[in-house]
Order: sequence, then structure tokens, then C-alpha cells
Amino acid sequence: MSSIVRAARAVWEFVVGDDPWTALGVVVALGATAIIAGAGAPAWWVMPLAVPVLLGLSLRRAAR
Amino acid sequence: MSGQEVGLAVSVFLACAVEAVEALTIVLAVGVTRSWRSALTGVGAATLVLAVIVAALGPALTALPIDVLRVVVGGLLLVFGLQWLRKAILRYAGLKALHDEDKEFASETDAARAAGKAGAGFDGYSFTIAFKGVLLEGLEVAFIVLTFGASQHNVGLAAVAAAVAIAVVVLAGVLVRAPLARVPENTMKFCVGVMLTSFGIFWGAEGAGASWPGGDAALLVIIPGVALASIGMVRWIRRAPAARRVVGEPA
Repeated sequence: MSSIVRAARAVWEFVVGDDPWTALGVVVALGATAIIAGAGAPAWWVMPLAVPVLLGLSLRRAAR
Repeated sequence: MSGQEVGLAVSVFLACAVEAVEALTIVLAVGVTRSWRSALTGVGAATLVLAVIVAALGPALTALPIDVLRVVVGGLLLVFGLQWLRKAILRYAGLKALHDEDKEFASETDAARAAGKAGAGFDGYSFTIAFKGVLLEGLEVAFIVLTFGASQHNVGLAAVAAAVAIAVVVLAGVLVRAPLARVPENTMKFCVGVMLTSFGIFWGAEGAGASWPGGDAALLVIIPGVALASIGMVRWIRRAPAARRVVGEPA
């Protein structure tokens, strides 16, 4: 394995950890915030709504 | 000092203190068992590498436009903070083993003894273990120092908070002369997770173009909100019928 791939994997492990679905959810929620804000509507509520849902789903996966 | 700066200092202090307690256990184990001089040289070398990482990446990050910086940093803080929070909640619920410094110390000293007797000169084993321990524990702190510091254009304050935390932990270690097993590590990790997640929500949304009602004062609602939701999740996951408890683990 090349050192670049190893380094990329180490960074991925470090930042994302063992739950990539939560990381993906954060990206989707931030994207939704940007789209709603871009349309001129209030978008502050998206993240406070999305984050507890993402955390709850992550905990449910871990508890199974 | 503004509310955001207080949040920055407290978050970095707690995160750094937790990681410093874990690093102290490793350094104590090789220092007591083999060679203090080599172990402390390893600590110095790792600290230098961490300082170079912060000094090199700090100015590069702060050069980014503030909205780009906040959405990227907000996203990273959220992903990172949710990891800390998830692990802390699972530990409170008894689904993940608590970090036991006494057990860790015993394991490290056994490994140090098994590696053979240290020579009179420089001990490579002590150096390597101390270097790796401090570097790996310190990388998370460097990440938090950089992301928090860069978002507020105040990497200096974050670095000072980290340095104070290290000094406090080292002083406590010198006074106690044993692993700091009584430090409420999981509570501190829970608090850091709440802070990282809250600031991640605030900066991420702001960077993505949202405006918070009340501006910075919104953090006064977000932080307690995330804390209460997390406490609620500890209770919920404890009651979940599918939850698999760690055997012998305090809930």
C-alpha cells in the first residue's frame, strides 16, 4: 500500500472514525442549510434539528 | 474576553487535560520502569512536532475566507464532536468500557518490563513509547486548537489554554506521583463533545449562509440544548431493550 493511501486512511480514521454515516449526515445537513439560505429562507433551524437526529441514529446503531 | 473566546478556552482546556492525563499515564509507566531521561526526551520531541503542526497549519487556515473557514471547520468540529459525544454517552450507558488509568498504567509497565532491561545510556524503548503516546494523544488536541483557534482568528488563545491544561496535569502528576485515576475523564469528554458539537452547529450553519436569531447569543441556547439532548440520550440508551451492557461496567 502506498504511503499516500495509508496517510489518507489515517486521516479518514482520525476525523470520521467508525461512523461514516454521521459524517455523511453532517455534510447533507450543511448542504441543506446552504440551499435553504441561498433561496432566501431562514435556515438556522436545520442544524439544531439534524444533529440530535444524527446522534440518536448513531447511538442506536452502536447499541444494536 | 467574549463568550466565544471563553467557549474556545474551556473546550481546548478540557480536551487537552483529558488527553494529557492519558499521555501522562504512558510517560509515567516507561519513566518509572525504565528511563526518565529518555521518556522525557520523547515527550519533548513529540511536543515539538505538535507545536510545528499548529504553527504551520494555523496561519494557513486563518488565511481562508471566513465563510469557507466556518463551514469547513464547523463541519469538521461537528463530525469530531459527535464522535466524542457518542463515545461518552455509550460509556455513561455502560455500552463501552470506561478508560481505566490504573489498568492502563499496569499494562504499560508490564510491557516496559517485558521489553528487557534498559541500558545505562539512552533508552530507545522509553523514547519511542513516550513520543508515540504524547504525539497520538496530542494530535486530537492540535486538531481542536487549530479548528477552534482558526475560526476565531485566535490560535494563540487556544494554544495558551492547551499549555495551561498540560501544566495543570503535569503538576498534578508530579504531586500525586501516580496515574491520575480519579480525574472524571468521561465527564470531561462529554463536556468537550457538547462544546465541539455546539460550536460546530453554530459555525457550520453560519458558514453555510444561515443567520442565527440573536447572533452570537444563540450559543447560549445551543450549548445547553445540546447538553440536555445528550443527557436525555444517555437515559434513553440505558433503557433501550436492545442495549448490550459491558460486563462488570459501571452504568
